[in-house]
Amino acid sequence: MGILKTQEVVYEYIRRDEEGNVEGITTAVDHVNLEVEQGQFIAVLGHNGSGKSTLAKHINAILTPTEGTVWVDGMNTSEENKVWDIRQTAGMVFQNPDNQIIGQVVEEDVGFGPENMGVPTKEIWERVEESLKAVGMYAYRKYSPNKLSGGQKQRVSIAGVLAMHPKCIVLDEPTAMLDPNGRKEVIRAARGLNQVEGVTVILITHYMEEIIHADKVFVMDSGKIAMEGTPREIFSQVERLQELRLDVPQVTLLAHELQKRGIELPNGILTIEELADCLMS
Amino acid sequence: MSIILDHVNYIYGEDTPFAIKALDDICLTIPDGQFVGIIGHTGSGKSTLMQHLNGLVKAGSGRIFFNGEDIYEKDFDMKKLRSKVGLVFQYPEHQLFEIDVFSDVCFGPKNLGLEKREAELRAYDALRKVGLPDELFYQSPFELSGGQKRRVAIAGVLAMKPEVLILDEPTAGLDPKGRDEILHQIKELQQSSGMTILLVSHSMEDVAEYVDRIIVMNKGRVMYDDIPKRVFGHYKELEEVGLAAPQVTYILRELKRRGLPVDGNATTIEEAADTIAEALKRRPSGKLF
Repeated sequence: MGILKTQEVVYEYIRRDEEGNVEGITTAVDHVNLEVEQGQFIAVLGHNGSGKSTLAKHINAILTPTEGTVWVDGMNTSEENKVWDIRQTAGMVFQNPDNQIIGQVVEEDVGFGPENMGVPTKEIWERVEESLKAVGMYAYRKYSPNKLSGGQKQRVSIAGVLAMHPKCIVLDEPTAMLDPNGRKEVIRAARGLNQVEGVTVILITHYMEEIIHADKVFVMDSGKIAMEGTPREIFSQVERLQELRLDVPQVTLLAHELQKRGIELPNGILTIEELADCLMS
Repeated sequence: MSIILDHVNYIYGEDTPFAIKALDDICLTIPDGQFVGIIGHTGSGKSTLMQHLNGLVKAGSGRIFFNGEDIYEKDFDMKKLRSKVGLVFQYPEHQLFEIDVFSDVCFGPKNLGLEKREAELRAYDALRKVGLPDELFYQSPFELSGGQKRRVAIAGVLAMKPEVLILDEPTAGLDPKGRDEILHQIKELQQSSGMTILLVSHSMEDVAEYVDRIIVMNKGRVMYDDIPKRVFGHYKELEEVGLAAPQVTYILRELKRRGLPVDGNATTIEEAADTIAEALKRRPSGKLF
């Protein structure tokens, strides 16, 4: 079994009125089956309300399924005594960096996770050092987090998760609030973790350009997996993605427009290099 | 009629060791009906600048004129300014609070002292303008999708009938379709009502597609102030200050470098596709069928 497996997972939100009577039920995740291998870089796309964040919260047992089973590294998330181990195996980074940083100094913030796990002091400092180096924030270890830019704060959040030595990191729209440079920094850090440290990365995003290097892409729609494949397979289907309220990277869209103007190009071009090679050959 | 900023300065934490110059000698004129994009990296002073325009923050020195009146004059009516210059904050849906969508949008105009009937007319009109379907008017705002909530929040500001609408990253966190829909509606609003729009954004592609003029902020100063094509011509300098040009700019640069005679100034997909198709046609060995 891989690092993550879900089997027929269903999650229902129950809406209640002021007296607590059930008003209705929303099925946010609807019979999802997926498997992720250790060391993969996975992207999850989907419009607002498609269920991707709800699914993500199942990966570190913030939510447990109404029906079906989620296994993280072989552990069933519905077993309450496994929650602690599951959260050390799969860490999570959220959209707003300001909601996740608690330390007064960067290195203290990163040390909070391992300290909470009861890691010996000497090892905490080693972990803090390696984690900050992995995201390129070691030079800022003595800074106050509120003096950092959004991208820097978000990388500190990632280091904080990394210091707990997880096998898997879930990033839920980590770049939504960042400027272009901050976005680049965070995505570079995530790819570094995946390639250098071998951490499984699950990236949820609305920015199509960020996921062209992913091993696999899942597209969600009304709680179900609507599409699944490599970035090239997914982004070849421009119209289908637009139906799902999504988009393709600008390069891919431009290639698509050129095809419409009668220029012969392969489907699913993902990088500037590729497009230039095809046009100039 | 216009907004004029005349040597505006603002310092956060003045007279403390943490003093930061947030706005440094800003001089700008924003005429009526323009669609202006404001870009700059986090902390460049964009939001501080916007907060000056409806008097939320008072300049340390310098003057601001709204329709010819100095807003720092003693007898200037600040309350009126705030109804004329509507500010939509980041994640405005966090400010929704009423029991249903319609009441939430009514809150602003009622607060202006308008009669119930007039407030309701305005709310109805504003919700139509942002393209919210009628059947959602009496739902709880908390049951809507992210894009719908954001639209209700924008309608809440529109219902005050502002002459100037400032939007601070109105599309952050929305899916691509939601982004397009909201920006499209804002553009339509500008064109149909002649409203002045100031759009703060981190998405260079969006700015390139929709605005007439771009103001680039860096370290509290105006770095560039020009039409999109000319601003994105400075893509190297923009990268140095944490920004970028739209991706098509980089594609065209690369094609040009490899000897395809394209127009390197195109900033939208349409323009880029046109110039590439055109350039390929002119090449005898081009791949045109």
